[in-house]
Amino acid sequence: MTQRTVFNKPYIEMKPLGDSAVIVQFGTEISSIVHNKVKALTIMLAQHSFTGFIECVPAFASVTVFYNPFIVQRTYGSGESKSPFQIVCFMMEKLVKQVVEEKEEKPHIVEIPVCYGGEYGPDLQFVADENQLSKEEVIEIHSGGEYLVYMIGFAPGFPYLGGLSRKIATPRRSTPRLSIPVGSVGIAGNQTGIYPIATPGGWQLIGRTPLKLFQPEKNPPSLLAAGDVVKFVPIMVDEYENYQETT
Amino acid sequence: MSIKVIRPGLLASIQDLGRYGFQKYGIIVSGAMDSFSLRIANLLVGNQEGEAAIEVTMMGTSLQFEKDSLIAITGGDLSPVIEGKKVPLWKPVLVKKGSILQFTACRSGCRAYMAVFGGYDIPEVMNSRSTYLRGTIGGYEGRALQANDVLLFKKNEQAHDLVNHLKKEWKDKSFHTVDWYVPADQVLNKQEILVIKGAEFERFSSESKTTFFDEEFQITPQSDRMGYRLSGSELQLNEPFELLSEAVAEGTIQVPQDGNPIILLADRQTTGGYPRIAQIATVDLPAIAQLKPGEKIRFKEITLEEAEQLYLMREQNIEAIKTGLLLKQRSL
Repeated sequence: MTQRTVFNKPYIEMKPLGDSAVIVQFGTEISSIVHNKVKALTIMLAQHSFTGFIECVPAFASVTVFYNPFIVQRTYGSGESKSPFQIVCFMMEKLVKQVVEEKEEKPHIVEIPVCYGGEYGPDLQFVADENQLSKEEVIEIHSGGEYLVYMIGFAPGFPYLGGLSRKIATPRRSTPRLSIPVGSVGIAGNQTGIYPIATPGGWQLIGRTPLKLFQPEKNPPSLLAAGDVVKFVPIMVDEYENYQETT
Repeated sequence: MSIKVIRPGLLASIQDLGRYGFQKYGIIVSGAMDSFSLRIANLLVGNQEGEAAIEVTMMGTSLQFEKDSLIAITGGDLSPVIEGKKVPLWKPVLVKKGSILQFTACRSGCRAYMAVFGGYDIPEVMNSRSTYLRGTIGGYEGRALQANDVLLFKKNEQAHDLVNHLKKEWKDKSFHTVDWYVPADQVLNKQEILVIKGAEFERFSSESKTTFFDEEFQITPQSDRMGYRLSGSELQLNEPFELLSEAVAEGTIQVPQDGNPIILLADRQTTGGYPRIAQIATVDLPAIAQLKPGEKIRFKEITLEEAEQLYLMREQNIEAIKTGLLLKQRSL
């Protein structure tokens, strides 16, 4: 897909999130088409930021642009009666139009080793039973898929992943666990995810990864970013225990 | 140069203007709840406005100065005293070595900021010295201050003119200050909070839309640096709907299913999926930060343009304070 087609028939709505942020919304549903637009604007903002730009936060269907209204006004407001919000909206419209034909970059693929079942995946049997599959079939289906990182949110480094096979979709636990260990890989409904920090939660845990998703000492501090593609790779218990992070 | 924590009190932590640039990785912003007071505290001692300061919550904190130190305390009036004598707020104050500063009672407001000349020598994590308490990163070892913590000051290249000036008239007092101050009452003492309608405002029932602006809401005890939970009339949607998670901001007022609004504050999560009924104007965030559980607030609607104008005026006001402080120093 070329980036021109990304914005060809745009549904773009810009709305204020208070006096210091604009939400640029590309749709109202979770889809890879909408996601490509989110990704394209995020990449463009990284390349063509503006004076007063603070940061942007990509989500399922929108990119929120945070800015300092005082600096924006001082830099771009002379001789015009536009407000900081209008100035930033105008710049975002221009940015979206500036996109010329470029082959879309190949997604960054991140392989995540997972030790499935046993003490690391206490709910694997439940997920198998729920879907009338064997444990091995669940592992095969889960590790056979490619998962798009739609956004990072909820907790540092926590990815919202799309692409779970309906064959292994499983409802959340009726009683959430008080603490889910770091690195746990779980299923909740038709979502799958990885817990970057220990937190309470109701997901069905099928395995655990030795990789650290939240790396505060690194830049970026998150293993994953919106737009990445995740592949799960099954590993054995001893591989998990002896896992040395390669950087 | 350093200070030692004698008692941490209810909650004291190192904060600056926040950790920006990493929200796309789920890293919360943190930073001072009342950024106006933090900025002024720094300017009063001659620092850059975004230096880290100690954010003291309500009461109980006591600190001992191990060297003569130029400090400024701003924000809420938490009755700071040295040797039983009240230390004035919104002024630069020279404190004598060995003195113990105690925040004794919450007279008005909720949070005070103490800046020191030069700033605290705290390593930056992701470009910020703010403490992210739940994430245990930043600030002093990623946590709230505890008894016996020793906070070093950054080395100063040259002595502050004000220090020399104050030392001349010092005599035997445990602290000494100037005869002027920065006024901040209009910024902090407010119970009517200015808001802009939120993205989902129109999805609330007409009764709830009226209620939101007509009735008072009380800040509940389940309120902290992450957010303030409010109680009052429950706010209802016209019909339930699914909102895709997206970014939230400081001052976003979201309404979960139970109908009780939550104001998201410094330690808010980066994204959320609850309907947003309103957004607090940036100029009123310091006032919110100074309100305590049990206190009541009322929301007043303004337009986005009005909020922007107020924002620009506030920044011009801070620029004027900066200039004024420079002139004060030059005239010493």
